[in-house]
Amino acid sequence: MSDASPSMNDAILQVEHLSMKFGGLVAIGDLSFQARRGEITALIGPNGAGKTTVFNCITGFYKPSEGMITLSRRDGSSFLLERLPNHEIPARAKVARTFQNIRLFSGMTLLENLLVAQHNKLMKASGYTVLGLFGFSGYRTASAESIDLARHWLEKADLVDRADDPAGDLPYGAQRRLEIARAMCTGPELLCLDEPAAGLNPKESMALNALLMDIKDNTGTSILLIEHDMAVVMQISDHVVVLEYGRKISDGSPHAVRTDPRVIAAYLGVEDEDVETVLTEVGDEDVIEQLDTGPDSAHGPGTSSSYLAGPVTDTVGHSEGERVTVSKGASKAGQVDARSSAAAASPAAAKQPSAAKSSAAKPATKAQVKPNTPGVSKRRGGRK
Amino acid sequence: MAVTASPERDIVATPMQRATREALYAGAIALGLFVLFIGLRTDQNISNELILVQRWLLLAVVVVLTMAGRFLYVAYGQPFLANQQIVDVATGLLPESVATRFFRLPYFIAAIATVAVLVFLAGSLDGLLGPGLAGYARFLRALAIIYALASVLFYFRTFIHAHFSALGITALALYPVIVVLVLALYGGSVAAGFQGSLKWVDNFGIQILIYVMLAWGLNIVVGLAGLLDLGYVAFYAVGAYAYALLGTQYGLSFWILLPAAGAMAAFWGVLLGFPVLRLRGDYLAIVTLAFGEIIRLVLINWREVTNGSAGISGIPKVTFFGLMTFNVSDPNYIAKVFDIATSSAYYKIFLYYLILGLCLLTAFVTIRLRRMPVGRAWEALREDEIACRSLGINTTTTKLTAFATGAMFGGFAGSFFAARQGFVSPESFIFLESAIILAIVVLGGMGSLVGIAVAAMVMIGGTEVLRELDFLKQVFGPDFTPELYRMLLFGMAMVIVMLWKPRGFVGSREPTAFLKESRAVSGSFTKEGHG
Repeated sequence: MSDASPSMNDAILQVEHLSMKFGGLVAIGDLSFQARRGEITALIGPNGAGKTTVFNCITGFYKPSEGMITLSRRDGSSFLLERLPNHEIPARAKVARTFQNIRLFSGMTLLENLLVAQHNKLMKASGYTVLGLFGFSGYRTASAESIDLARHWLEKADLVDRADDPAGDLPYGAQRRLEIARAMCTGPELLCLDEPAAGLNPKESMALNALLMDIKDNTGTSILLIEHDMAVVMQISDHVVVLEYGRKISDGSPHAVRTDPRVIAAYLGVEDEDVETVLTEVGDEDVIEQLDTGPDSAHGPGTSSSYLAGPVTDTVGHSEGERVTVSKGASKAGQVDARSSAAAASPAAAKQPSAAKSSAAKPATKAQVKPNTPGVSKRRGGRK
Repeated sequence: MAVTASPERDIVATPMQRATREALYAGAIALGLFVLFIGLRTDQNISNELILVQRWLLLAVVVVLTMAGRFLYVAYGQPFLANQQIVDVATGLLPESVATRFFRLPYFIAAIATVAVLVFLAGSLDGLLGPGLAGYARFLRALAIIYALASVLFYFRTFIHAHFSALGITALALYPVIVVLVLALYGGSVAAGFQGSLKWVDNFGIQILIYVMLAWGLNIVVGLAGLLDLGYVAFYAVGAYAYALLGTQYGLSFWILLPAAGAMAAFWGVLLGFPVLRLRGDYLAIVTLAFGEIIRLVLINWREVTNGSAGISGIPKVTFFGLMTFNVSDPNYIAKVFDIATSSAYYKIFLYYLILGLCLLTAFVTIRLRRMPVGRAWEALREDEIACRSLGINTTTTKLTAFATGAMFGGFAGSFFAARQGFVSPESFIFLESAIILAIVVLGGMGSLVGIAVAAMVMIGGTEVLRELDFLKQVFGPDFTPELYRMLLFGMAMVIVMLWKPRGFVGSREPTAFLKESRAVSGSFTKEGHG
């Protein structure tokens, strides 16, 4: 499975039309983006936007419902990640990941954690255990090399003093760094970090930034990162992709994304009465329907108690380019689209993602996305 | 019983008052518990009618004893323990001060003197003291010997702790020699020494070592890879029947069939492994349990091949690497070759060293594998399977190799078992065997070879030693059958050990690699695995 696409040689990861459905719930809808080699790409979005689902698709923990994920390695070979078995993605495609809830081998020492990460290399060196069992020297040198590599990454992560302690004994911030060091010991070309700065204090966060920049500059490993901490995202990332409700709402440099009204709306919410007035003026039927009290029967539970009796196609199927992920009008970015298109007096274009960037009219003046927005993000969906 | 008096009460009540109150409570509870158990008893009278026998006096005695015990414990025992701080909370061990007070040189000398006097008088004890007292004297002698040995162990404890494995292997290697020598001295002739050694070498030595080997094999699956296997005895059965069938039908030698039996058991391990790969925890345990039962039922019902419940007898003995045999009728019988007296003990001693060698092989391979990528992957699998997959470890093959390796050692032990018994039947491979092997692994501390070896010694040796409770007949009269109580005592001992050391004898784990110094990882960090 190496249908190389040389034209995309600067993109290490190419996600095309990725969809992931869990029963009737569309967690990711038609997502396309790419991560360029040697860059730090950040994947941000409000809680529940589907970021971790994207990661799980890339690293093979989920099989995507649709779409293609292409990884091009430095040597020119490329892999379709959605077709590789779970464990071959780190082994062959050289994609390593960390987890949102840290998954270390807590009963093993730090050094052992990093040695487990070099499993495949050592397995080969030990002749799949057989030669190593009889003490052939090839395994001994490989083993010494693996310890050197582990020591190297322990030094980078500033954990070398605790190399012989159990991983479960480390403080939280150190566990995060150890997980990154462990992922790096697999020798990855793409490193996927799921909220590496979650739960870190500012000082630890700074140290993490330094570690990530060091990885990027010195190893040539590209980084794909999910993060809520905007300080980390804006400082270190070269490219930001913003998700909301499983769809991409913005894509570009950190600065461009920061000033994108759709992103601001997604994170901060929009002034309610503003939206409603604008949209009612425009005559958007969806919104008018939304404003009626009571759940809309088309997307909520039907009158029948049976799942099969309900209009399943409304929630799952494609309706000509538009995929309904949640109730209409929940997407703040969509509201911005609607409003900006209303301002441009073109009622037809209701929800086209590309239309947003060109018409960053009113909302841009409202507020910049400030660092540390988790508290602010609660404002979204504040319709009374 | 935990004391749950509130703090205010503690201030008001003196120990005596508290003890009286606690004693009354304990008496009330005992009365409530035992009024139907002890106070009344159903019986048959001469005309076969059901009658109630009232035993109020016995009930009163039991209740009063309970109250007195509780009173003494609260009034004197608890303050004493509190003063001594006898229970070290962290380790559950007695602090050294108490132990040093218990093991003192004068006591040691007194114990040695007692042993010397009693051994010297051994022959004439019955005449001097009468049969009743002589039994107590022998019991006293046993206690004195145990005390003296414990004192020696205590005195050299740091040395023993530092060289535990080397000392253990040396002791095991010398064990038959020492047994024969001691018994020869005791009995006055070499032949008596060999004859008397049969019980000690076979019932204790070989029996324990078989379980050590089985538990070390299961340790790979349960202790390292964290896959709970309740059907391990199936692989033991496969190994035993492989040797029994191929040995009797084709007359192949043990030395060819030993690896064959291991390979066959490993094959069945993989075969079991495939369907249960996706199962975890309780589900895995149930399926492996079922697998063990399937193998046993096949052995019972496939009469044409396995001879059913009657089993297979006449399994050939192991030869001394083809050079000598242990059959008296053969021309190259070992006693004829060396021109020594005929004795069945040679075979047992040879088997002892054979199983010791197999055990050491198991230990060597396990230690070696733990330091190799596959062993680390097993332990990583126990800690977190998802993280393993994110690091590119093929969890399928890792699990299968764990099953196969564990099963292989089970197969080795099985073929040895068949050779030792000369007879196999499905009776030997019931679920209880799996449970005992698993209990040894858990009691020893999952993953620790030394802990498991000690646990096997305690569990198998302990149940054997408890057969020797004849002195209790002195106490309870000749009608008393002490053998009936050994499982009760044994169960109580297990409960106490698990309360005292919930993670087994050795709860910590040795790291497989280190940068500066190797520090044991506390059991509170390691996981037991989810399946």
